[in-house]
Amino acid sequence: MGHAIEAEGLVKHYGETKALDGVDLVVPQGRLLGVLGPNGAGKTTAVRVLATLLRPDAGTARVNGFDVRRDAHQVRSMIGLTGQYAAVDEMLTGVENLLMIGRLLGLSRADARRRAAELLERFSLSDAGGRAAKTFSGGMRRRLDLAASLVGRPQVLFLDEPTTGLDPRSRNELWDVVRGLMADGVTVLLTTQYLEEADQLADDIVVFDHGRVIASGTSDELKSRTGAQVLEVRPVQEAHLDLVVQVVADVIDDEPEISGGKVMAAVHDPAVVPAIVRRLDDLGVVASELSLRRSSLDEVFLSLTGHRAEEEAGVGKEEALV
Amino acid sequence: MTTMSTAMPAAAKRVGAGATVRQTMTLAWRSLVQIKHNPWELLDLSIQPIMFLLLFTYVFGGAISGSTGDYLQFALPGLLVQNALFYTLSTAIGLNTDITKGVFDRLRSLPIARTAPLAGRIIADTFKQVWAFALLVGFGMILGFRVTTSVAGLIGALALLVVVSLAMAWLSVLIGLKAANPEKVQMIAFSTMMPLTFTSSALVPSQTFPGWLEAWSNVNPVTHLADAIRALLIGGEVAQSAMISLLWALGFVVVFAPLAIRVFRNHA
Repeated sequence: MGHAIEAEGLVKHYGETKALDGVDLVVPQGRLLGVLGPNGAGKTTAVRVLATLLRPDAGTARVNGFDVRRDAHQVRSMIGLTGQYAAVDEMLTGVENLLMIGRLLGLSRADARRRAAELLERFSLSDAGGRAAKTFSGGMRRRLDLAASLVGRPQVLFLDEPTTGLDPRSRNELWDVVRGLMADGVTVLLTTQYLEEADQLADDIVVFDHGRVIASGTSDELKSRTGAQVLEVRPVQEAHLDLVVQVVADVIDDEPEISGGKVMAAVHDPAVVPAIVRRLDDLGVVASELSLRRSSLDEVFLSLTGHRAEEEAGVGKEEALV
Repeated sequence: MTTMSTAMPAAAKRVGAGATVRQTMTLAWRSLVQIKHNPWELLDLSIQPIMFLLLFTYVFGGAISGSTGDYLQFALPGLLVQNALFYTLSTAIGLNTDITKGVFDRLRSLPIARTAPLAGRIIADTFKQVWAFALLVGFGMILGFRVTTSVAGLIGALALLVVVSLAMAWLSVLIGLKAANPEKVQMIAFSTMMPLTFTSSALVPSQTFPGWLEAWSNVNPVTHLADAIRALLIGGEVAQSAMISLLWALGFVVVFAPLAIRVFRNHA
């Protein structure tokens, strides 16, 4: 089974900033790899290297066996790229944007026209196809951008934060499109800041932080990797919250969190649950909710990186440079 | 399952000459098709010269030249120069917009000739130059401007402006690649082109300037270009001013073409 994307030891520095600090990636044919990480983690830089837009300082990368440096032209003929911004010409209509790409890829006028109509239909843009792209909504632009990257029927598709800034409905629509592409056998590398997105779409996930891959595996593997499960206890009476905190802290020997009337704590040994139940019972505290669940990807991310995915004010700068 | 690379017909190693030309033309089409949607959009950059044309002719014309008609004859060639110079920066604005909007990256991720995006844009901008020249001359003629030389003079004036503009396009490409955003480009355009044209013989005879300013005006390339265009349209000594203008153009190419190409390569 061939690998559509292979990268070894990719390094890219911008002055002092290490945008990529030795990244290895492997995506088997027809799979979707979710690259998860906060702003400035190096996701976009990795995509730009793989899409031949940026030369790495060190390391090698191959797409369908072609080296992104030496065989850049062949790589370009196999890939589609949809970036963070919708890269469409706003002055052109939807049809013209797709016509332009088709003609650039060597399609005849008639074929380019047919392909454009086909893609507009598929992305529910047929009615708007004759309007200038600058009149499109954010979701429509993103769909047009994705359509533009599909004109050449790429075998490998790079989606760089395709749903950033979209409303939930547009995001769901885009997810459906991506699922459709996977059904067609397209290999996809998708970067995202949204853990839910990776959870929804990705076969495999790698987690980026500060230009490095800090974890990889399926969503389930990652969730169990950290070993922790999450205990949640909600007392019927809010006044009992402090008491619950005390009990939980006593039993698991760690300070739990309080959030939304619930006490939450990471537990590694399920045997603590009966112990907590007994203690609460002794104290006459009734719980309206008491559960043990696997950690969400969000919590996995927190435990892997020591910071949450969204709170990234300070390190967001390097991505803006590239 | 075999790997795609072996299942695929071998992809071409590079882009052939025929394909390069076709891709360049497609990208030129892309810049020009906007005119079809909105033919007056070209006036965006010409509105300022037309406004100057009207203001200068009817407000200052009498004071500067004694009559509005005389001033129009004098000033229109200068306004053509001013417009052409401003217009060269539309290459920078277009290129910079493509970069900031991500269109540049999209094009670079396609299996097309590396030079096609640049060449296509410059061809389109040259076409727009010709269009804007025709608009201004046409508008001037409605107001009473007359070409007193010949059709050859008119064509010569257009040719000279196009050649100088193409030379300036290298500087424009450099600015377009380097500037942070299109607004910055516009600001650079305004703060360099305005003083350059106003301290030349484009809009007023420079003999009326104070000595130091006249000295500057005499070396200002805009003066030579304006003198050449004026001579080509309404008569006068062409050879010297045209030659100096072409030397300036050559100088621009020699200095800025290598710089622009280097920055473009690093980008690509």
